Amino acid sequence: MTATPQTDVASDPEVEKQWTTKIRKALVKALPPERLIPDRQPSYLSSWIYVFGALTIGALTWVIISGCVLALYGPTWWHTSSVGLFVNSTHLWSVELFFFFMVIHLWGKFFMAAWRGNRQLTWITGVVTFMISVGTAFTGYLSQTNFDSQWIATQAKDGINSTGAGAFFNVLNFGQMLMFHITLLPVAVLALTVLHVLMVRRRGIVPPFEVSAKPDATPAASAPAANEGGVA
Amino acid sequence: MVAAIGVLLGALVNLSGPGHYVNWGFIQISYGNLIVIGLMVITFVAAIAIPFHRRGGRS
Repeated sequence: MTATPQTDVASDPEVEKQWTTKIRKALVKALPPERLIPDRQPSYLSSWIYVFGALTIGALTWVIISGCVLALYGPTWWHTSSVGLFVNSTHLWSVELFFFFMVIHLWGKFFMAAWRGNRQLTWITGVVTFMISVGTAFTGYLSQTNFDSQWIATQAKDGINSTGAGAFFNVLNFGQMLMFHITLLPVAVLALTVLHVLMVRRRGIVPPFEVSAKPDATPAASAPAANEGGVA
Repeated sequence: MVAAIGVLLGALVNLSGPGHYVNWGFIQISYGNLIVIGLMVITFVAAIAIPFHRRGGRS
């Protein structure tokens, strides 16, 4: 018995009707591999300001790795052993760098109006990720298990309670804050970051104003999914 | 030797005391936060101003 050629399978009407086939085709159409991992980038990306998105992801990577190590060994380890103190410090400083790079990334994208060209959702996912990151960092400060975290919790409770959120978000409840910090919020940040990057790959990086204003420019606001600008 | 390494790896500023704040009208901000914001502004301007040298020198 001979194997059925792939082309026959692909053109089989029964196969075409399968939901897996439809989803695969929709995904490939939305994000072809050459756009997902491109070989070349538009020439206008030759500026340091475009580096900060990648730097933010780099810092986030170390935040997650060091956070996983801290979760594995626990508070006694990170408070008492020299290696634990070191890993705890790298967790803190990678968070500092994460926000440092993310804010510069945000400023850059704000001043180049990066929501142009049907990129609104890319901008909005970035904004939401930023806000959730603030919450993740806040619950992290509450999870230090030291006097600093107790001080922050007692100071924050009045502010949180004044908003009414204290009914379901109790900053004095260490277990709840820890669970928020190591499960819910990091998962949200990671998922939104992946979505954000996929949107950037799908729509392309927003061209500078002078490029998108050229009437003969391939790119631009009107054709966001096209390969924009010159090739680097 | 150990003390010297401790100084090198430790905080440049003694962080054990109470915080220092800038008070300007109703605005109050710690020196730490102010310095970080200043560094971000400097980095932002530098990222725009400093040329990005590309491999191969293609234009």
